Amino acid sequence: MDLFLQQILTGIANGAIYACLALAVVMIYQAIDHFNFAQGEMAMFSTYICWALIAGGVPYWLAFFATIIISFLGGLAIERIIFKPLHSAPVLSHIVVFIGLVAIFNSTAGAIWDHNIKTFPSPFPEGSFGGLIGLHEVGMFFVTLLLLLAIFCFFRFTRVGMAMQAAAANPDSAGLVGIRVGWMLALGWGLAAAIGAVAGMMIAPIVFLEPNMMLGILLYGFAAAIVGGISSPGGAVAGGFLVGIIENLAGTYIPAIGSELKLTVALILIVTVLLFKPNGLFGKTIVTRV
Amino acid sequence: MATDVETRMDTNMEAAAKIPFKWVIPFIVIGAILPFFLGGYATFQGTLIMIYAIAILGLNLLTGFNGQFSLGHSAFYAIGAYTAAILVYHLDWPVYAAIPVGGVVCFFAGFLFGLPALRLEGLYLALATFALGVSIPQVLKSSHLEGLTGGVQGLDVFRPAVPAVLKENFGITMDQWWYLIVFVVMLLLFWVAWNLINSRTGRAMMAIRDNPIAAKSMGVNSSLYKSLTFGVSAFYTGIAGAMAAIVIEFVAPDSFTFQLSILLFIGMVVGGTGSIWGAIFGGFFILTVPNFAEEISTGLSYAIFGVILILVIYVMPSGFAGLVNLLRVRIKNML
Repeated sequence: MDLFLQQILTGIANGAIYACLALAVVMIYQAIDHFNFAQGEMAMFSTYICWALIAGGVPYWLAFFATIIISFLGGLAIERIIFKPLHSAPVLSHIVVFIGLVAIFNSTAGAIWDHNIKTFPSPFPEGSFGGLIGLHEVGMFFVTLLLLLAIFCFFRFTRVGMAMQAAAANPDSAGLVGIRVGWMLALGWGLAAAIGAVAGMMIAPIVFLEPNMMLGILLYGFAAAIVGGISSPGGAVAGGFLVGIIENLAGTYIPAIGSELKLTVALILIVTVLLFKPNGLFGKTIVTRV
Repeated sequence: MATDVETRMDTNMEAAAKIPFKWVIPFIVIGAILPFFLGGYATFQGTLIMIYAIAILGLNLLTGFNGQFSLGHSAFYAIGAYTAAILVYHLDWPVYAAIPVGGVVCFFAGFLFGLPALRLEGLYLALATFALGVSIPQVLKSSHLEGLTGGVQGLDVFRPAVPAVLKENFGITMDQWWYLIVFVVMLLLFWVAWNLINSRTGRAMMAIRDNPIAAKSMGVNSSLYKSLTFGVSAFYTGIAGAMAAIVIEFVAPDSFTFQLSILLFIGMVVGGTGSIWGAIFGGFFILTVPNFAEEISTGLSYAIFGVILILVIYVMPSGFAGLVNLLRVRIKNML
């Protein structure tokens, strides 16, 4: 039973990472109606910026908020410079551009800050909670919840948040009622980059900083977002924890799987969930009209 | 909205799909005599380009003509490659017989995977196929299958010698021989794909892509066609994988990672989604451009590849085939 509890808690700790990133994924999905494959690499790049600031002698929290602002502006710039001219290109072409961005961020980060693994400071005190779960993981858990609350309030109670949802859901009608659709998209990119930056800075103390740090995690983040239901930020967070726990339990309790097939099993479980709930666990069912 | 744009682009593409046969002949002739003017390495590269083109066409049949996403085609490529390698390595099958078997095994794998995939659309299907693509290298490496797949080490395959008649009379080398085999297979598969698209079945496939509900109410058996398309698509990619295993003379799990799926996807979009011959340009792109980026700067090669990718999309948002179509229409209007 102790082992079981231990594995659940490790699962929750990993899950917090996935949940954090899944939240960023859902966020940009709501704003631009696409999956952003470059999200992980953008977050990685932001984390490097924060690391460089801290290495340059800036105190942690100042660097933290400076990075969020820089990332926001960076996300805005990417939309304005790269995606605006491609507005009418097919969706599949957009995905190729995302892949191009992944390659650019990954390679540039490696070239500027080299490929050595770096440690990243945690804002939370060291130690653990009853020897089971680290205080950083607990802190991260609360940051994720806080972020979720903030996003919920933003989309639910502010004019800009509503306008962004409208622009994503129906660009033509949104434009007719006076919403500047183009800028809403740019804002969505900026916000997603900022949330990604928070996720990156929370994750980096655990997985360490290196250009490929996000590769594996982003996959779990996507999986979590889809299992939870891509239209629901709360679902994405729940999905993140679920994926973390499933992955750990499968690796521990099914001997034939061990650690080598852990990822496979997690993914198969996710696909199975989708077969029964095609819109994710908490997603809205979308009815198509002819 | 996005869907309108896509449909419009595809209609352009289909109008151009009916290229008169006399325009195709020169390309076939050039393709056939090319290996006799190129060096051994360039011929080998040409062979790989054609193999990629076949795999990309497979993906295109699924995504471009049937509207189903796949990020897992590296899995079918791997299944084809391993089927051929295992038949040759463990069972001493003749190499030429192993290639079609690789394709057929993939057809069934694809068809079976297509059945559960019926319930999933768009992103969800992308995730499911992605899961397939990610798990295959892990499964191949797994200790349970090591006796069959050779684990991380992979398997060695050997190409049979060039038939004596051709070797003595025409001095055909190994690279040229396999170039020609792959070339003939590619022509055959492209011809089949062209016929498929311009048949009742092809129209049903495209109807499902454009408007699934309308297609269903017109009496198209959407489930059957979707799973069949998955099977055919996997068949193409499997044939490509089997030929790649034999031409490269080696299979290992790490050649079939998720990155291969991404490359095939890039090849499809850059070549032109919903274009048959665009796949050849796609194959050319994904083989040469990463090497080219590597030559410019080793450290930043990925960044350069990314920049080239974005620039290519800027210049031709609907792929190479889309650009050629646009130019064709422009020139026609000028005359």
